[in-house]
Amino acid sequence: MKPNNFNYVRAESVDHVLSCLAEHGENARILAGGQSLIAMMNFRLVEPAYLIDISGLDELKEIKTNGNSVEISAAVTQAKVIAAADVNEHLSLLVDALPNVGHFQTRAKGTFCGSIAHSDPSSEQPLCFAILGGEAVLKSNRGERVLAASEFQTGMLATAREDDELLTSVRLPKQNPSAGHAFEEITRRQGDFAIVAIAVIADGENIRIGVGGVAGKPEVRDWDGLADSDIDDALNALAWELGDNEDIHASAKYRRQMVRRVGRRVIEEARKCRS
Amino acid sequence: MPQLNQETKHKINFTLNGKAVSGYTEPRTLLSDFLRQEMALMGVHVSCEHGVCGSCTVQIDGKAVRSCLTFAVQVEGRAVDTVESLADENGELSDLQIAFRKHHGLQCGYCTPGILMSVEAFLEINPKPNEDEIREMLSGHICRCTGYTGMVKAIQDVVETR
Repeated sequence: MKPNNFNYVRAESVDHVLSCLAEHGENARILAGGQSLIAMMNFRLVEPAYLIDISGLDELKEIKTNGNSVEISAAVTQAKVIAAADVNEHLSLLVDALPNVGHFQTRAKGTFCGSIAHSDPSSEQPLCFAILGGEAVLKSNRGERVLAASEFQTGMLATAREDDELLTSVRLPKQNPSAGHAFEEITRRQGDFAIVAIAVIADGENIRIGVGGVAGKPEVRDWDGLADSDIDDALNALAWELGDNEDIHASAKYRRQMVRRVGRRVIEEARKCRS
Repeated sequence: MPQLNQETKHKINFTLNGKAVSGYTEPRTLLSDFLRQEMALMGVHVSCEHGVCGSCTVQIDGKAVRSCLTFAVQVEGRAVDTVESLADENGELSDLQIAFRKHHGLQCGYCTPGILMSVEAFLEINPKPNEDEIREMLSGHICRCTGYTGMVKAIQDVVETR
């Protein structure tokens, strides 16, 4: 399958991108790594009139630490995120979760921010963005907006980004070094999208759990001071709250069971990792 | 030229298997099709065309990537290497290719060019991988003949002898 026609814009700067988006936003798509977008274009699920390629912009290839957060720019690949010293020191959840994103060969090109902008509910990166409580930095010729993950993620493949805005970076607060975390996902094959993905951060007696692959967007819950005997009930209630999503990969019943079983395992693992 | 209009062929200049080349392409042309149809490199195998199977894997600036998830216009100024770069000009196979033959790392051979380009890029980053790491890297390729066992042995052989 081949993509339909489009006009290709090789971006020369962020300002150039913003002026293109101001003119063509409604009919344009941003090309960063293209590992989801080009596949969708090949299927003709997406047929933009303009494709704006930001993959060559050095100003969008930075990972930097500012105070309490690590900022990952729009053209940074998943391979670079996994290898980055700042990420290994402050965001070890990403180091555990990102090797599950696609394969060695797609992580060399796929970008962290691109996945968050694409907002596939079964992808690992929107889940990490949600559970870590990150912020999306959106720029347009009208100015800059910073949205919390919960405001940015609006549903299945949907975000609060306006047509003329570019997601220039994502900011993630540093993890508390004494908190434990764990990540696990259920897939048919290594590198597939998750049928169910669960991340947990255990801080003292508090549990923050994030679930991807079930509802239309990653769902995060905070269970503070929950007694050990109440965890299974909480997981069961969460499994039912996430809806009845069924597809060729798994039934709704199977997904609920995975939320309960894998959820329990990931909580226990995260608690073991506390220091 | 920051904007390349649709339905028009545009000149791109890049390095292909070590040589400076140029060619003409529409924006919508995938790198995989461009390499086969314009550059006549039939070692670039096309199968799923959505990044899952790995048969079209080539290297861009030394990184193993899917050529079906890259547009030809994106390689302007970059270095592209395909399986044709592995053997020398006399057709002598590389150590990796010899190891694949020795350990039966292929049968029909359709997936093999992509796998070889992945392995070379992978060994640059991780010259002494363990079996799990090798298998994780190979998970980005689908082979329906071999069961991967021969490939793992071939790669381990090369790791030991390089």
